[in-house]
Amino acid sequence: MNTKEVFRISWEAILKNKVRSLLTMLGIIIGVAAVIVMIAISAGTEATISDQITSLGTNLIFVSSAFTRMGPGVSNSTELVLNDATAIADQISRVTGVVVEQDASETVKAGSVSLSSISITGASPDFLTVRDLTVSSGRFFTAEDVTNKKKVVVLGSTLATELFGKTEPTGQTLLISNTRATVIGVLAAKGTVGDVDYDTRAYIPITLMLQKFAITPFSQIKGDTIRMVFVQVDPKANMDNVILQIKILLAKRHNVTLASDSFTITTQQDIIKTQESTTSAFRSLLAWVAGVSLIVGGIGIMNIMLVSVTERTREIGLRQSVGATPNDIRWQFLTEALFLSLVGGLIGAVVGMGAAWIFGIASSMRTVIVPSSILLAFGSAAAVGAFFGFYPANQAAQLDPIDALRHE
Amino acid sequence: MNATHTIIETTDLTKVFGMGDASVVALDHVSLEVQSGELVAIMGPSGSGKSTLMNILGCLSTPTSGKYILDGEDVSNLDKYQLAAIRNLKLGYIFQSYNLLARTTALRNVTLPLVYDRSHKHPREQWDRLAKEMLEKVGLGDRINHQPQELSGGQQQRVAIARALITDPVLIIADEPTGNLDSRSGEEIMKILLNLHLQGATIVIVTHDPVVAQYTERVIRLKDGQIDSVVHNGIYKLKESVNV
Repeated sequence: MNTKEVFRISWEAILKNKVRSLLTMLGIIIGVAAVIVMIAISAGTEATISDQITSLGTNLIFVSSAFTRMGPGVSNSTELVLNDATAIADQISRVTGVVVEQDASETVKAGSVSLSSISITGASPDFLTVRDLTVSSGRFFTAEDVTNKKKVVVLGSTLATELFGKTEPTGQTLLISNTRATVIGVLAAKGTVGDVDYDTRAYIPITLMLQKFAITPFSQIKGDTIRMVFVQVDPKANMDNVILQIKILLAKRHNVTLASDSFTITTQQDIIKTQESTTSAFRSLLAWVAGVSLIVGGIGIMNIMLVSVTERTREIGLRQSVGATPNDIRWQFLTEALFLSLVGGLIGAVVGMGAAWIFGIASSMRTVIVPSSILLAFGSAAAVGAFFGFYPANQAAQLDPIDALRHE
Repeated sequence: MNATHTIIETTDLTKVFGMGDASVVALDHVSLEVQSGELVAIMGPSGSGKSTLMNILGCLSTPTSGKYILDGEDVSNLDKYQLAAIRNLKLGYIFQSYNLLARTTALRNVTLPLVYDRSHKHPREQWDRLAKEMLEKVGLGDRINHQPQELSGGQQQRVAIARALITDPVLIIADEPTGNLDSRSGEEIMKILLNLHLQGATIVIVTHDPVVAQYTERVIRLKDGQIDSVVHNGIYKLKESVNV
């Protein structure tokens, strides 16, 4: 019996029982669709996170104290201070920018407008370039502004409109809590990156922030404590070398040995890698869950195929009487099971892609359809069909023609 | 087919079911011969072994002992696959309950044996033409696209005959071919079989109906697994009923 005939016979058998075939395929359809949707969601999450990390700027090194969790009164020789950031910027070559950030939430008043709980970011001048931001009017604060703790503020575009309406904000003054500051510029709209909306914030020199809004008990003795320093490095520079230089510099400044690991230095790559391992674990968990539904779908196929073999025993007997060998019968039913699962897989792939697409549009969650997930889902559907189709097909092949013909 | 030759030759055909004390001898040293072009009836009460004999003659099972030579080929000890090939090449079946594929056109039902033809005697593109020819032969040329449920019992049995003919078998085995039909349709079926016989086909009819047996040249009666009697119908009914 040639392959084409086997295909034709199996295909016709499926078409003869359209409703039943569809119900049989349902398990596979749901399984395959679930695999594709779940992988699309986890890939989307992954992409979002990696975008967030990249949006922090490129070639970043994050420096923080390894003991930041320690409270007041504990040895604080390894707390990072603002001067450390300045030292890194001044003394290490290949560093193209150093950003120190500190956030606070304060009430902002301009004329009759008063907005509460506005995020204020204290930053250093390099913030603009490292974060890939531009000024639409006025200017950003300079190193001089930072050094002199100038009471200046740069507004995000939305915040500027909320405070001043159509009036040009530059040159106006406003009140941040009780501190009067002059608006020196407005940023171009950037939108939300990660969970930070750059347009609804106000930006002030880091020194001003530390002096007025983020005072720590040690600022008088050791300088202003900061949580983290973002160091932007020349893309062509040797990262490891720069990291080592920073380590040596900080060890010297804080009088600790290099081996004490008092400072945590991570690169963007490290963070992406950590993130990837987390999301890939998440992804494989989802894939397993979806895989279980594929197996359930396969059992559904086996169930129906067994019913079908019993129901069609006389047909099997007839086919045997006109010359079908056990192998012919086996192939016929195996092909039928394979067709059911492949067609189910195909429908499931279409449904899954559609669902992932609609999901991406209708919800805030981002979905990325991964081509390999379609192959994976499709391949497992075929494997499931072959695996669960084999037993019923074998049952059919082993029927005795005389018994089969006599079957009522 | 000019010169007659032996189609069926069995020697001491024996079939035992079960083992030891529980064993039942269904066929007991049956030796018979059927020449090409013969129309033979096998009769006997139930339990006489006629079904067992038919299954062996139809290569659906093999004898426990004894020899069965079909068309010059010893088929007594073939395996499942070889038997399947013999059934396809040399045999045509007509069943009491027609055994047509449901929801399948008459044409597709008739081409079914060709699907399993490993010798590829007929190329795929000739199947439909050939099947149509067979259906015309049994008077169903205008029903080729009808499905079984749209046909009467007699018409369904005629489709089954066309299906048995399509591989041009050396032997046609009919198991109670008129058993499910009213006498009128039954007579039509018998006429078709007789016509085939006149054209040279070798046909063995298994029946318990004496009326059917009357149409044949020779009636082999079985009893308790043995040949009880062989009756030659001097002038068999066909000559009167069929316009030769």
